[in-house]
Amino acid sequence: MRHIISILMENEAGALSRVAGLFSARGYNIESLTVAPTEDPSLSRMTLVTRGTDEIIEQITKQLNKLVDVVKLMDMTDGPHIEREMMLTKVRAEGDGREELKRVSDIFRGRIIDVTDKTYTIELTGAGDKLDAFLQVLDRALIIEVVRSGVSGIARGERALKL
Amino acid sequence: MELTGADIFVHSLQDEGVEIIFGYPGGAVLHIYDALYRQDKIQHILTRHEQGATHAADGYARSTGKPGVVIVTSGPGATNAVTGIATAYMDSIPMVVFTGQVPTHLIGNDAFQEADNIGITRPCVKHNFLVKDVRDLAETIKKAFYVATTGRPGPVVVDIPKDITAEKTEYSYPDKVSMRSYNPVHVGHAGQIKRAVKLMLAAKRPMIYTGGGVILGNAAGSLTELAQLLGHPVTNTLMGLGAYPATERQFVGMLGMHGTYEANMAMHHCDVLIAIGARFDDRVTGNIEKFCPHAKIVHVDIDPSSISKNVKVDVPIVGCVDNVLKAMIKLIKGSKQRPDGAALKDWWQQIEDWRSKDCLKYDHTSELIKPQYVLESLYKATDGNAFVTSDVGQHQMWAAQFYKFDKPRRWINSGGLGTMGFGLPAAMGVQLAYRDETVVCVTGEGSIQMCIQELSTCKQYALPLKIVNLNNGYLGMVRQWQEFFYQGRYAMSYMESLPDFVKLAESYGHVGMKIEKPGDVESALEEAMAMKDRLVFMDFITDPAENVYPMIPAGGGQNEMILI
Ligand SMILES: Cc1cc2nc3c(=O)[nH]c(=O)nc-3n(C[C@H](O)[C@H](O)[C@H](O)COP(=O)(O)OP(=O)(O)OC[C@H]3O[C@@H](n4cnc5c(N)ncnc54)[C@H](O)[C@@H]3O)c2cc1C
Ligand SMILES: Cc1ncc(C[n+]2csc(CCOP(=O)(O)OP(=O)(O)O)c2C)c(N)n1
Ligand SMILES: [Mg+2]
Repeated sequence: MRHIISILMENEAGALSRVAGLFSARGYNIESLTVAPTEDPSLSRMTLVTRGTDEIIEQITKQLNKLVDVVKLMDMTDGPHIEREMMLTKVRAEGDGREELKRVSDIFRGRIIDVTDKTYTIELTGAGDKLDAFLQVLDRALIIEVVRSGVSGIARGERALKL
Repeated sequence: MELTGADIFVHSLQDEGVEIIFGYPGGAVLHIYDALYRQDKIQHILTRHEQGATHAADGYARSTGKPGVVIVTSGPGATNAVTGIATAYMDSIPMVVFTGQVPTHLIGNDAFQEADNIGITRPCVKHNFLVKDVRDLAETIKKAFYVATTGRPGPVVVDIPKDITAEKTEYSYPDKVSMRSYNPVHVGHAGQIKRAVKLMLAAKRPMIYTGGGVILGNAAGSLTELAQLLGHPVTNTLMGLGAYPATERQFVGMLGMHGTYEANMAMHHCDVLIAIGARFDDRVTGNIEKFCPHAKIVHVDIDPSSISKNVKVDVPIVGCVDNVLKAMIKLIKGSKQRPDGAALKDWWQQIEDWRSKDCLKYDHTSELIKPQYVLESLYKATDGNAFVTSDVGQHQMWAAQFYKFDKPRRWINSGGLGTMGFGLPAAMGVQLAYRDETVVCVTGEGSIQMCIQELSTCKQYALPLKIVNLNNGYLGMVRQWQEFFYQGRYAMSYMESLPDFVKLAESYGHVGMKIEKPGDVESALEEAMAMKDRLVFMDFITDPAENVYPMIPAGGGQNEMILI
C-alpha cells in the first residue's frame, strides 16, 4: 500500500540525511520526499511517500520515530487527508497545437505561467494521479521538460501534525 | 570564568563523573590532550590502535554498566574507531566517542586528515553531533551522555573541530537536559502486562527467552525472581548469558544456532513464549517460518522497533525490563491463580528427556587437546567467577556453552557484529574497571592477531589478563562451514605462518606458555591463575578438526539441530 508519512524534525544540518540514510540502509522504498522549514524556524517538515506491506510500514514509522531528531510524525493515510503536488510542464506549442494545449490545460485547471512563440509552461496542482493523467493526455513528443515538487499532505478536519 | 573549549571538554567529563577514557592523540585533538595533561582526575589510557580504544571502552561499559568514553583524532583516528563503534551499536552498548575534526573553516575542503565523521558514523551510532560553536560544547556533551545511556543504550559520536577547542566561553555544565524529540519510555502498559501475566499463569508449556536487554537494564535479580515464582524454564541468548544463573536447574542453556538441544526443542514446542529484552535475531530463530509454531508470544522491549520486527507477537510491552518484570511479579503475587503445576510437571519431564541427550558431550579420550576441555578446566580453575571476554569464532561458542555464568556482566563478547579483535582490548577495559578480579580473554589464533598490538598497552598499565588462545591453526568457524557446506574446500581458512606466541608474549614483557597435551591443561591453568600480577598468554594447541555442536543448519528450524 502507498503511504504518505509527514514528519516534524529538528531543523538541524544533516537531519535530511538521517532519514534518507535510514531508507537506503534498511532497503525501504521512497517514492518522493519533500522538506521545508515550518512557521516555527526550529522545525522542518518532511513529507515522504513510500510503499510497503503493513509490517514494513510499521517498521518504517518505528524506525523514523527512533531517530533522535524526529519530534513527531503522522501517517496521513491512516485517516482522511488531502494530498497535493505541484507540476511544471514545458511543452512545445506551435501553430494549431497552441489552442489545443490551452484547452487541455484549462480542463485540468492548469495555468500557463510562461509563454514564448514556441512554448508554453503550464503549472498544475493536484493529487499525484491527476498530474499523471495530465501527462498521459499530452502528446509525448511535445513535452520538453517536467518538474514535480513531490507530494505534500495534510489531514482533514481537526487532526493535525503539530507540537 | 572563561575557559577554552579544550578545558570545557575536560571539565564536562569530570562533572559527568567520567573516571577513565581510552584514546589516541593526533593533530586535531592536541588542545584537548594538553588540557588532559594539566589535570589528574580522569585517567587516560593510551591504546595502540583506535579500534583497541573503542573495544576497551566497550568492555569497560559492558562490565560496569557505565558509559565507555573514547577520544580519537580526525581522519584516520576516527575511521579506525568505526569498527568499535559499530560493534557497540549492534549490541546496544552505551559509549560516547569524541572525534577530532579539522577547523570549522576548513570543513569540506579535503583538508589534511579530514573525514566526514558524521556521515561515516551515522549508520552505526544511536546519534551523532557536530559541535559548531564553543558555547554549545558543554550542553552537547551532556546530551551525548544522556542519549547514550538512556532508553535503548548505544554509542554516540561527538565531532569537535579543532578551532572550537581553542575558543573561549563561560563554562557551566547543565544538571540535566531534556530533548523534545527524545523521550524514552520506562513503564510498560498496565493492561498489556495484565494480559501477559494471564498467559504466563495459564501456560502449559511455557518458555522464558531472555537477551542482552536484561543485562543492559540491570534486571537479572527481577528475572530470577519472576522465573522462580513461575517455575518456568529459562533460556538466554548469547548476549543474555549470566542474567539467569547458569548452574540453576531451571536454566536450559543458550538457545539458537549453537544453543543446547533442550533449549531449542523447548522453544519449538512451547505454548507461551515470554521474550524479555531479546530481539529475535536470525541466529536465534533459525528459519522464521518454522519458529515457535504453537506459541502465543509476549515481548518486553524498550525499543518499539524491536517488537514485531522479525516475528509477529501477541502481547507487545514497550518498557524498561526491570520495571515491567517487577510489575509482573507484583501481579502474580497478588493473583489467586497459580501456575498449572500438573502441566508444568509434564513439561519439565519432557525437557529433562531432551536434556538427557547431553548435546554438549565430546570425546574425552583424544590425545589432542579438546577446546571444550580447556573451557571446562578454565571454569574450574576460576571457580566460575572470572570475567570472560571472547573473540569471534568457534572458541566464542565453546566459551558460551561451557563457562557457566551465574552473574550478569561477566560474559563479554561481540554478538551482533561478531567482531574478531574484540576480545583482548575489551578485556583491558574490564581489568581497568576491576583491578583485583580475574579477567580472562578466550580467543583463537586468528582473532588474537587482529588486535595483538594491545599486548603493549597491557604492559604499560600492568594489566594481568589471562589469555586463553585456543589455537586450532584454522579460522575454525570458517573451516567448519567449509567442511559442512563446501565439501571440505578449505579456501583461505588455514592460518599459516603463525608467530611463536610464547616468544611474542615475552617480547611484550609478559609470560607465555604453550600447552600441547591434555594432561597439562589443568596444571597450566592453575599455574597461570596463580600469577596474579602478570599477563599470561596460554597458547593451547587444540584439535584442528573439532567442530561446534549442536548446530541448526541454515534454513533449519529450532527442532532440526545437527547433534554430534
Ligand atoms: C559466531 C556467532 C555465533 C552466534 N550464535 C548465536 C547463537 O547460537 N545463539 C544466540 O543467541 N546468539 C548467537 N549469536 C549472537 C547473535 O548474532 C545476536 O547478537 C544475539 O542473538 C542477540 O541477542 P539478543 O536478542 O539478546 O539481543 P541484544 O543485541 O542483546 O539486544 C538487546 C535487546 O534488548 C532491548 N533492551 C535494551 N535495554 C533494555 C531495557 N532496559 N529494557 C528492555 N529492553 C531493553 C534492546 O532494545 C534489544 O532489542 C552469535 C554470534 C556470533 C558472532
Ligand atoms: C573482523 C572479522 N573478519 C572476519 C570475520 C569472519 N569470521 C568469523 S569467525 C572467523 C574465524 C575466527 O578464527 P579464530 O579466531 O582462529 O577462531 P576459531 O573459530 O578458530 O576458534 C572468521 C574469519 C569476523 N567475524 N570478523
Ligand atoms: Mg582458530
